[in-house]
Amino acid sequence: MHESILGYRKARYAWLALLLTLAACVLYATQGEVQPANGGTWQGYTLGTIGALLIVWLTAIGVRKRRYHSALGSLQGWASAHVYLGIALLVVATLHCAAQFGPNVHSLAYALMCAVIASGLVGLFVYLRFPRLLARNRADRARADLFAELNELNELGRAISQLCDPDVRVVTDSAISRTAVGGGLVSQLCALDHSQVQLPRAGQGSSAALPIANRDQRAAVEFVAGRIPRANRQGEAERLQQLLAILCRRQTLLRRLRRDIQLQGWLQLWLYVHVPLTVALLAALALHIVAVFFFW
Amino acid sequence: MEQYHIAVIGSGPAGLSAAARAAQRDRQRAADGAALPPSHILLEAFDRPAKTIQRYQKGKFVMAEPGFLNLRSDCGFTAGSREQVLDQWQRNIDELGINIRYGAEVIRIGGERGAFLIELADGSRIGAEHVILAIGLEGNPRRLGVPGDDAPIVQYTLDDPDAYRGETIVVVGAGDSAIENALALCAHNQVHLINRREEFARAKEGNLTAVLRAISDPKITLDCFYRTTIKTLRAPSDATNGKYALVINTPEGERTLFCDRIIARLGAIAPRAFVEACGIAFEGGAPDAAPVLSARYESSVPGLYVVGSLAGYPLIKQAMNQGYDVVEYIHGHAIKPADHPLLEQQFALLPYRREVEELLALFQQRIPMFRQLNALAFRELLIESHVWVALEDGPLFTETASRLQALTAQAAARVGKLVRAGDYIYREGDYTNTFFTIVEGEVHIETPQRPGGRTVLKRGEFFGETSLLSGRPRAGNAIAGKDCILVETPRRTMLKLMNGNETVKNGIDWIFTVRALQQHFAPSVGPQALRAIAQAAQLCTFEAGAVLFGEGERGDNLHIIRRGSVRLSRRVQERDVVIAQLQSDQLAGEMALMGDPLRKETAVATVLTETIALDRESFLALLNLDTSRIEPLQQLASQRAVALTTMASRPESGAVMGFLMAQGLGEATNALIIDENLCIGCDNCEKACAETHGGIARLDRAAGASYAQVHVPISCRHCEHPHCMKDCPPDAIHRASSGEVFIDDKCIGCGNCQSNCPYGVIRLAYDAPPKPSLLGWLLFGRGSGPGEQPAYEPGESARARGKKAVKCDACVQLAHGPACVNACPTGAAARVNPAAFIELTAKH
Repeated sequence: MHESILGYRKARYAWLALLLTLAACVLYATQGEVQPANGGTWQGYTLGTIGALLIVWLTAIGVRKRRYHSALGSLQGWASAHVYLGIALLVVATLHCAAQFGPNVHSLAYALMCAVIASGLVGLFVYLRFPRLLARNRADRARADLFAELNELNELGRAISQLCDPDVRVVTDSAISRTAVGGGLVSQLCALDHSQVQLPRAGQGSSAALPIANRDQRAAVEFVAGRIPRANRQGEAERLQQLLAILCRRQTLLRRLRRDIQLQGWLQLWLYVHVPLTVALLAALALHIVAVFFFW
Repeated sequence: MEQYHIAVIGSGPAGLSAAARAAQRDRQRAADGAALPPSHILLEAFDRPAKTIQRYQKGKFVMAEPGFLNLRSDCGFTAGSREQVLDQWQRNIDELGINIRYGAEVIRIGGERGAFLIELADGSRIGAEHVILAIGLEGNPRRLGVPGDDAPIVQYTLDDPDAYRGETIVVVGAGDSAIENALALCAHNQVHLINRREEFARAKEGNLTAVLRAISDPKITLDCFYRTTIKTLRAPSDATNGKYALVINTPEGERTLFCDRIIARLGAIAPRAFVEACGIAFEGGAPDAAPVLSARYESSVPGLYVVGSLAGYPLIKQAMNQGYDVVEYIHGHAIKPADHPLLEQQFALLPYRREVEELLALFQQRIPMFRQLNALAFRELLIESHVWVALEDGPLFTETASRLQALTAQAAARVGKLVRAGDYIYREGDYTNTFFTIVEGEVHIETPQRPGGRTVLKRGEFFGETSLLSGRPRAGNAIAGKDCILVETPRRTMLKLMNGNETVKNGIDWIFTVRALQQHFAPSVGPQALRAIAQAAQLCTFEAGAVLFGEGERGDNLHIIRRGSVRLSRRVQERDVVIAQLQSDQLAGEMALMGDPLRKETAVATVLTETIALDRESFLALLNLDTSRIEPLQQLASQRAVALTTMASRPESGAVMGFLMAQGLGEATNALIIDENLCIGCDNCEKACAETHGGIARLDRAAGASYAQVHVPISCRHCEHPHCMKDCPPDAIHRASSGEVFIDDKCIGCGNCQSNCPYGVIRLAYDAPPKPSLLGWLLFGRGSGPGEQPAYEPGESARARGKKAVKCDACVQLAHGPACVNACPTGAAARVNPAAFIELTAKH
């Protein structure tokens, strides 16, 4: 009942794409009697027309995806065909131009097309690989659940730190309030951690604490862990132990959250390349066709 | 002592309409020159009329269902806001000169026709020749019952929690309404919740978590006193800073709370005890049984009439019509009830012309099971049913068809159905669950998988009970014979009837058992020969989680599952491994009778489950009566032995199955299940849902539970017995014959379905405003794009219509299937029925 886009209906569109590729090869091979293979022979024109139609059809998935009343097959079928026919397009277009390149709008269109297909292949990889990683990372929970747990741990941590020494309180409070999740594009995609913590300097009061990097919450965890053997008030060691447990749980949770944001970011990012390139390709393609017909 | 011709008790829609009719008659008499004091009185315990509607939240839209019924009353009523309806009635009270007495709580009715004696709580007495009881079902709120509980700060309802700010409020009670009030009030007030017990045992799951969280949260100004009772309420004094002092007994001793307001939510005293104390008999012992009434609403006490929701008619318009009619009857006018034209339409296709009353009597006489029903109940049953007429092709058919056409052209509300003899009434696999009784002619039932399995049913017999009780699709085709007349009754009418009437319930249960025995063990044996065995078979009910039998026990019976679902598990290396999921119509525990008597597995009901338990003796007797099923049963047993053992060796699959069952999918017929290995989180499913359903998504992809990469989002699973359908006042929730459960335009937005749904898939929403076109968004960035507009502002007409319940309808209106599945780009979303769960779990 659940099947990936590559295997959709026994990969019927893979066979269709293969057939199209073979037909294109046969068509290509019949050139060369009058003039060498190029885009100007009738075979070249035919291949070009197929390629252009393919490009327009491949672009139409953007509209089909949002035509929710459409009776034209399931979106998964379209996606499957989009993948296979998109790859076939590379062969069709290459045969169409017979690998003749130059510094002109025709080759620009070809290059843009290759870029679109390449970004699409990245997208395909991401779609096939990342959902599994996402699910494994989230361990049967939704992102909202992870954030809810984080909030709960924050409150618990703060409550326990209230019962500890002032410097422990400052460290805990600042580690929590200066925790950074997400952030800019690069931070999201690379799961960078810009969290900070205010650590008191030895011999000085807690008010003199300066914020330092708290990557992966390590500084805060190490500080609290370091205080455990030095605890001398009654019950302090036990409270610190509890605090440490909470900080460590936060640490794991934050790792999961960053990873989740990172994977989800990649799942979306490629489209921000693929779609604008497609628009550029359509423009270049239009120019290419106009140029061919008007400037013979 | 005051003396009246008619005393009406309760000023809800029924009572008000009755008093209005009586007042109108008084006015006519006065116009004729007789200046007399009013011959009627309307007694209301509350200080305003129509208490139940007064209690609705501000601005609630009141619907005028059923639309096909005309209003017949001296009071006006059209659909509108609560305020409009109440204003209208207040005007009617003034204009008609209704003799209404507020604060008149009736505690006893004695006497007999012509000389009733009504005692009020304040000690006064009223005499009346006729009494109309229209007190509804809500009852009076239970009072605090301590000295001082009549203080003005004690209230039993809460209209608008936002109206109170900065007060100290004590909420007494531990039910849902107490919790909801306390939670709403604590946003702006200091709230003390007083609970007589140690926990909130009666609260709904959601309320329970919310209140426990709020109580433990130091930032929320809500605390709770457990195991605490109220001792007394003292008036304010200087010492108490002008506040009332509430003295409570806590486990730690006596405490005093100074408060501005006390809200007592202690439930209501159900009116049944009071009604019974008046001498009125009820139909059976079920809590929701209606009183025994004549066709003119007269109870078992002559001269004492019962109308409105207490009589079993919960809709406002019905109640108002009854109020009018009953006063006319008392005055000796044999008027035809307002629903008379509906029955005329209902009977219009019959091949013979007779009076409605005569036909009603004839129909009731023809169906043995309905003979004992009272005339009112049978009338109601027929109005809600459809009369089918099956005729052979010919002039009579053509003539009837043209009559049907004429009725449809007039947009008649209750039209019967006309079919040709030999047509299907329903087909195998249809999800219809109505109940058919044969008034005339015959019906053939055929089961395609079983050759020769064609049964002929005759006048007075009934069919369709299997789907009615199990919620499963139809088993077998029903074919109309020639000149046959049927009554098709909707499921909810039948359930109401079965609840209140033992004869009907036993009759249907019995035939269900007989047909289940025939189907599984003795297809060739007639019902009469099976009578003894069917009577020996036991009907068992298991709550979710209850054990049918345990592994290692000695078993001496088998269960035929009648409704619900059963999970089989086996102990493998110290772990319980789920090895099978059985649905209704399947057998459980048959191995103990066919092989080793020791149970090899534990069977647990995953949802509310009913079974027919058959002991060894009956089982062997059945096989002796019909030997044809021995071979297939043995085959089934060996197949199942292999399947179960295979599953036992794959605990991972069992764990996934266990997870699905824990999500309540045992009662699902069509559930959305997402494979997390494929889901890219694009939410195109949600967008598709919103775009195909008026801009409101009916599924929440990200929410919901996951296990082993199987995700069950918050989305309707179209239960076998939809919980949402249970209590829908306008009967707006239906099941399509292909299985989809959907809500139609009749929804009044009461929210019953939302609170009845255990899976949280129904919400109340205003209609969403229209959006710019797709290309407008794609090319010019107009609007928020596909999908539900976040936090949209409803338009004026949407506000006027009010919030309506919305839920997944599995895209019953789309020819190419559910939009969520169609719009999933990666194939992660699939709609699955329980039969496919094995396939789903096999991947693990």
